[in-house]
Amino acid sequence: MITLTVNGTQHELTLEPDTPLLWALRDEVGLTGTKFGCGIAQCGACTVHINGVAMRSCSVPIASLQGASVTTIEGLSPDAKHPVQQAWIAEDVPQCGYCQSGQIMATAAFLKTHPAPTDAEIDANITNICRCGTYERLRRAIHRAADMMKA
Amino acid sequence: MDGNDFAPALTRRHFIVTAVTAAGGLALGIGMAPRLAQAAAVTAQPWDEGGYDPHEIDAWIAIDPDDSVLIRYQRSEMGQGSMTALPMIISEELQCDWSKVRVEYASPNRNIRENKVYGDMFSNGSRSVRASRQKMQQVGASARERLIAAAAARWNVPAPECTAASSVVTHAGSGRTLRYGELAADAAKITLASEPAIKTPDKFTFIGKPMPRIDVPPKVDGSAKFGIDAQLPDMVFAAIVACPVAGGTLKSVDESPVAGAPGVLKVVRLPDAVAVVATGSYWRAKQALAKLQPEWDVGPAGDIDSAQLSSAFRAALDGPAQTARNSGDVDKAMQGAAKTFEAIYETPYLSHSPMEPMNATVHLQPDRLDVWFGTQDALEATEKAAHWSGLKPEQVFVHNAFLGGGFGRRDASDEVEQAIAIAKAVQRPVKLIWTREEDTRHDKFRPHALVRFKAGVGSDGVPTAWSMRVVTSSILASAKITFPGLKGPEPMATAGLSNNGYNVPNTRVDVVLKNTHLPVWFWRAPGANQHVFAIESFLDEIAAAGGHDPYQLRRKLLAGRPDWLKVLDTAAEKGDWGKPLAPGRGRGIAICEDTDSLCAQVAEVTVSPRGQVKVDRVTVAIDTRYVVNPLTIAEQMEGGLIYGLSAALYGKLTIRNGAVVEGNFDTYRMVRLAQAPKIDVHLVPGGGEKWGGAGEPSTPPIGGAVANAIFAATGKRVRSLPIMDHDLSSGSA
Ligand code: FES
Ligand code: FES
Repeated sequence: MITLTVNGTQHELTLEPDTPLLWALRDEVGLTGTKFGCGIAQCGACTVHINGVAMRSCSVPIASLQGASVTTIEGLSPDAKHPVQQAWIAEDVPQCGYCQSGQIMATAAFLKTHPAPTDAEIDANITNICRCGTYERLRRAIHRAADMMKA
Repeated sequence: MDGNDFAPALTRRHFIVTAVTAAGGLALGIGMAPRLAQAAAVTAQPWDEGGYDPHEIDAWIAIDPDDSVLIRYQRSEMGQGSMTALPMIISEELQCDWSKVRVEYASPNRNIRENKVYGDMFSNGSRSVRASRQKMQQVGASARERLIAAAAARWNVPAPECTAASSVVTHAGSGRTLRYGELAADAAKITLASEPAIKTPDKFTFIGKPMPRIDVPPKVDGSAKFGIDAQLPDMVFAAIVACPVAGGTLKSVDESPVAGAPGVLKVVRLPDAVAVVATGSYWRAKQALAKLQPEWDVGPAGDIDSAQLSSAFRAALDGPAQTARNSGDVDKAMQGAAKTFEAIYETPYLSHSPMEPMNATVHLQPDRLDVWFGTQDALEATEKAAHWSGLKPEQVFVHNAFLGGGFGRRDASDEVEQAIAIAKAVQRPVKLIWTREEDTRHDKFRPHALVRFKAGVGSDGVPTAWSMRVVTSSILASAKITFPGLKGPEPMATAGLSNNGYNVPNTRVDVVLKNTHLPVWFWRAPGANQHVFAIESFLDEIAAAGGHDPYQLRRKLLAGRPDWLKVLDTAAEKGDWGKPLAPGRGRGIAICEDTDSLCAQVAEVTVSPRGQVKVDRVTVAIDTRYVVNPLTIAEQMEGGLIYGLSAALYGKLTIRNGAVVEGNFDTYRMVRLAQAPKIDVHLVPGGGEKWGGAGEPSTPPIGGAVANAIFAATGKRVRSLPIMDHDLSSGSA
């Protein structure tokens, strides 16, 4: 049994230790905001924060998470008003929306280490796939979120 | 969150997302109306739980005593924004306060039981607005007039003395007012003697405003429910693998490797697939499935590979063809030409690869079937599900979700057929999820296609004759669709070619339809998405050979077509056509008509000495004729272009031993942020009789614009996609 904290609440997971965090979150904890896109750490749809670091949860077995603190899109902010979420709304970023939990979680972590990112830094660090092609607005929203966090 | 989220006993009101989060203090995006503290909203869980509301005026509209307006939306939101656009059209006529509008999906089950009150429910062919616009206006106008009639009756005054605005009816003479919420119950009982006239476009005051999409707020906090998010009490999970070769069947499978595996409930054999069902998590089902080694009967297609398919298509070039367009006399004109050209363009099979892999959750009971999934056609899905389950359509409840991408993939319901078969075998509610590999390999593909062009030019280098002969697969045959009254070959087979805008006096377009064992399907801008690359590149060849500027040659050939010229000129001007560029950089231009819209693009690329292509910037001009929501049109231009760019740069499915080789995003590559160009979009709606679509027209031009820019930068002509397969390094042959 693995004990970890998800969005501030402690959970005891009964699934097999090789179960990726993604499926534990979706199927056992019941939080479906974290999405499955590829299962091999390629697309980023499943991005969550593990102890504050952005990770692709489809490729992290729960065995490695004893005592860890996990934040999912549902727990990013208590009122969906994290600057990244506000920037996403202001730029009307999501289309189908399926990749966006991952995009937002990746960006929220990225801006902690890159508070004033250049485009090149964004390119190198935000590598999630969006099949709807929202990249133009996504880039604008990343800069906007950075500005908001500075203010 | 728990299984109760999906319990029918709860009403939709439990799921209303209260307003929107980005109120006050936020600078607003350029060109976007403010997202009000109280903006129109959609439930995070969009699907209906029954399809009725106590405060209905009719099947489309309910108005609560507090004036909040519920609008039902009969199409499918997959990111294209029609869940915002259609209610905007209703609101235009209804004269209701947009901030009080909530939207939910119309119930396909109710549609069936109430004599198709919602009409068709498809979202394809960029038709959500085009196919519904008049109906949506009528729905809004009708409800408005009934609200006015209710007020007039209350006041005992003639209805024409009353007006409606911002959810209030006012009597002009007395200044009395009544809110919609006070009138709805009466309005529901009123039948109008005749339907009111709807507004002509020049009278629109709300349509045409850039409105933030109503589905954005639930898509930034994880609350938006996609089909894959359905959760039911007692639900089990299924993973599936189909015969790698389309058309093959399952011979046998040894279950012993999964005996005693945790949670494994059952191995289910389908005619062409094996599924494993497990309790507790999808991962268990997937892990167990990976341990099985099914034996397949792959059939005769098991020997086929890409090279064979390509040569078979080439051999078919001179086979019997159907003629889609024939004007003048191409053969004769070619004889008199100063110079002739010939080239073959080739584009490969592709999968749609929506971000959300195929999935369906079904709960099959003896007298009722519930299906949760994302579909581009909830009505057809209901009818098909009835067929597969053996129930009557009125016993089938399809709960459409937000679609994690559609692009044409989500209207076959093949995943539902599988899920029903699995549910029959396990007698439990079951959620079936395809792996990404399964999604790529068992798509219904964009066809492989060839276009052979021949052209003759005069001494001025301007074409006087051209012929185009396509070899592609019939999507209608593959989809088993018949269009009664269809004359000539199916439109997709020559889309982008037969409707090219160029005035070349002798033009002939023929098509040879050749289907293989691989099923083909509608893929964003069917046909056009590959043919426009071909024709726009070939025209560039002609321009280059004759020493013509590619933009100016297009202008010459589009003389007398002001709408085409306007779009072309806008893209050229805004895209800095003709301005000098550094060595290794180039610009390309392309234009097309698609879904009755016109779209032109100018792409700017850099090709490194090693041959790496970076698309730096794309300028888009689009004429959709009319505009409901300029913001979503711009978004569709951006997204549609990126979709086409992934295809142009990287898109290729390799066939080996009859099967698709590529499986996941490591081998089937996509454009990411680092490869995404800077995009700017210019809307130039030209009006006229028809309304154009927005979801597809920006996908076709990008391949040609980029390939032409590569030619401008390197002198190398790309005649097949994907571009990554070409050696574009300096100095190479
Ligand atoms: S699902 Fe984890 S990276 Fe794609
Ligand atoms: S918004 Fe659809 S995949 Fe990104």
